[in-house]
Amino acid sequence: MSVTSLQKDRRGRARPPRFGSIPRKAGDLILSDFFVLYLSLAYFLVLVPFLPTLTNPANLSNLLSNMWPLLVVAVGQTFVLTVGGIDLSQGAVIGLTSAIAGALLATAGSANVLSNAPIWGVLIGEEGGALNGVPGAVWLGIAAMLLAGALVGLLNGVSVAYLNMPPFMVTLVGLIAIGAFAIWLTQSENIRPLPEAFIKLGKGDIVSLYLGPQDEPRIPRRQVYSFVTWPMLLAISIAVAAHLLLSRTVFGRYVNAVGANRKTAEISGVPVRRVIVTVFVISALCAAAGSILYSARLEAGRPTLGEGAFLLDVIGAVVIGGTSLFGGRGKIIWTVFGVFFFVLLSNTLNLMNLSAFVIDMVKGAVILAAAILNVLRTRLIQERTA
Amino acid sequence: MSTLLRLDNLSRDFFGIPAVRSVTLEVPQGAVLGLVGENGAGKSTLMNMIGGVLPPSSGRLFWRGAPYAPRDAVDAAEAGIAFIHQELNLFHNLTIAENLFIDGFPKRFGLIDRRAIAARAGELLADLELDATPNTLIEELSPGERQLVEIAKALHREAELIIFDEPTTSLTPRETKRLFDVIARLKTSGKTVVFISHVLGDVAEHCDHLAVLRDGQLVAKGPIADFPVPEMIRAMIGRELSGLFPDRTSIPQAEIVFAAEGLGQSGVVENVSFEVRAGEILGLFGLMGSGRSELARILFGLDPHETGTATLAGARLTGGPGRRIAQGMAFVTENRREEGLMMEAPVAENLALVTIDRFGRLPAATVDRAAMREATEKMRDKVQLKAADIASQPAKSLSGGNQQKVVIGKWLMAGPRFFILDEPTRGVDVGAKYEIYALADRLAAEGGAVLFISSEIEELMGVCDRIMVMNRGEIVGKFAERPFSDEAILAAAFREVAA
Repeated sequence: MSVTSLQKDRRGRARPPRFGSIPRKAGDLILSDFFVLYLSLAYFLVLVPFLPTLTNPANLSNLLSNMWPLLVVAVGQTFVLTVGGIDLSQGAVIGLTSAIAGALLATAGSANVLSNAPIWGVLIGEEGGALNGVPGAVWLGIAAMLLAGALVGLLNGVSVAYLNMPPFMVTLVGLIAIGAFAIWLTQSENIRPLPEAFIKLGKGDIVSLYLGPQDEPRIPRRQVYSFVTWPMLLAISIAVAAHLLLSRTVFGRYVNAVGANRKTAEISGVPVRRVIVTVFVISALCAAAGSILYSARLEAGRPTLGEGAFLLDVIGAVVIGGTSLFGGRGKIIWTVFGVFFFVLLSNTLNLMNLSAFVIDMVKGAVILAAAILNVLRTRLIQERTA
Repeated sequence: MSTLLRLDNLSRDFFGIPAVRSVTLEVPQGAVLGLVGENGAGKSTLMNMIGGVLPPSSGRLFWRGAPYAPRDAVDAAEAGIAFIHQELNLFHNLTIAENLFIDGFPKRFGLIDRRAIAARAGELLADLELDATPNTLIEELSPGERQLVEIAKALHREAELIIFDEPTTSLTPRETKRLFDVIARLKTSGKTVVFISHVLGDVAEHCDHLAVLRDGQLVAKGPIADFPVPEMIRAMIGRELSGLFPDRTSIPQAEIVFAAEGLGQSGVVENVSFEVRAGEILGLFGLMGSGRSELARILFGLDPHETGTATLAGARLTGGPGRRIAQGMAFVTENRREEGLMMEAPVAENLALVTIDRFGRLPAATVDRAAMREATEKMRDKVQLKAADIASQPAKSLSGGNQQKVVIGKWLMAGPRFFILDEPTRGVDVGAKYEIYALADRLAAEGGAVLFISSEIEELMGVCDRIMVMNRGEIVGKFAERPFSDEAILAAAFREVAA
């Protein structure tokens, strides 16, 4: 035995840092449902003097239009996180359903672009997608997108609930396999053009604003800023319905109970497995609905939609809102504010002319800050109930 | 005998509410001090101040006569105080040796010196007569063995004072005996022990001194000889308990509520048949591993069975917990933290969990929150829950006894006919135990049938109309006549163990 010393451990041990005590008022603020909203507004107000373009009507309109599709997807993720799971396959579902939309709805097809794709000649040809010209095609196409999403969700849910596989694994497989399948379907090509009735869902102004001088005989299109749009109406309706579902219904209580303690829920007669399957279906349906908005805005079916850092945006926004990654604590209203904050953050970083790399680094830092905030919240709750 | 640790007027408030009030106490060196008190009496708060987890609001501590003010648990450990919590602080995925050295590995050439830690760990394990190699993973050890590792950790850090918080709750009788042997040996080697327990018989038998806390105050202290168990109870609850058990207010009726017929699952239970009548409390006694909790899980549809049937009021029971609850069953599991409660969720949510679907209104099953609030408030009064604001207070903020009342309450909300209580008084103080017995009696008096599972033979003899005994998955004895003979019951329970 050599000179190894057992006394070494008595020296130089790091002590865990201690937070100072937090004043009660500040604690109330941090625990408030609206904390992230206040934070966003404060951030906005602080930046206005430095970034005058922030308050441009064009920018505000753009900011809002970025918010709605992300909100729809994040609402679905909120359910999964609340039940104690995670859905990494949402981005892949968006890509798949977007490709399906293109393949079914395209009003024309180009052999130059698509002749290598396995769907060429099967679902789509020179004369357009399979549903082109069919009455009510847009609605059938949307139904197909939602159905495809629901099937993926069902597969995820059944694997998690009945085969007892970890949600992370199951949906990671989904992310890889379904994402690749979507790209294979079109050989990574975008499919366009899509019918006007579908594209309308992505922009369709309902209330728009023109802020230029009144004497112009014709208003240039690009000076009209839309504020109330179809995506807005859709996203808000989905968020409100989801809020009621999660916070006011028996099903919502089940979701919270399973997330809080699955064993307790099971013994108390909660249909745990059905709840888990339903939650994954909801998540995938929300992804498909988000895909409708993204595809329509893009005016194309695009299999690579929802790839890359998109997942970071979704989960980041939900977690910043305050929903716990460990389950049992989630609110749609938190997600609404989280999405708002995230979109605002992206927008301001863009306005600062930062490179895409810097933007992602800052986003990462903000998610880290959100995680620390989450720890702080938990500690506050514990202190108050000790 | 000199004083190792002195507490001088020690107090601690939480948001203006005193949890410990000017406690002055000497811990004599080389002796075992028993600390008893009801849940919420301030035992944990007091020990947390000694262990450096909480700073006192006022008062001082003296360690070997010198002022002692630990800033955190590391300070306390360095002074020589070890705290063995009810929930052990071990890393299940690491070996015994790694756990012992987790706060500072001896290194050789910058790498962990595995031989050194194994050798030192081996010595400690031999001292404690723990029959395992230092490289055994913690997850492979039984609860009793894990506790010995925790003690080894204390010895490794050269602790002078070792505090045990409810050390026997998850131990088998044999492991419990071994623990007391170890404590006796610690004492002979000059160590000082503080022993916190609800099992007053153990305290009377193994401690030298006693301190009793009630409502944060030290209400009695002295040599153990001055405190026979009834005297301890009187000091703890501040009044005479008319008996340990309430009088039964009902007698079993003719109507059979629940019947099991030849239930079997290979390797778990074998040919189990019994019936419970309306108004009856049937006791089920068995040692750990006898299959009693496994039987309960089968009865409740959580685990499958290969043979036999179970019926409730003549109707055959099928399906999972959801369907059996609808048919009138309820199940208080032995493990309320993991299977009984959503610890972070408010008390009201916990109370409403079983019956939440009954508060759903068409068309979308929106919860009728006013009705839910009314029903949960009513249940709070019915089970005499000591909780101010059940709508926002999380379940984990309650004391053990009150947590158990929440679990019982959530089942009462469903109005069940057949109640399975699995170790309902584990980790619960004397006063709350009495209330739980009274609840069991009331369930029976209201025409329900109760299956009361316990490893405490005294409580079964005190509250049950009949007692059956399980051993290795089989019912090996049924005792119908009061007064029960504990010798006969124990003999049946140990039958094959002894053979």
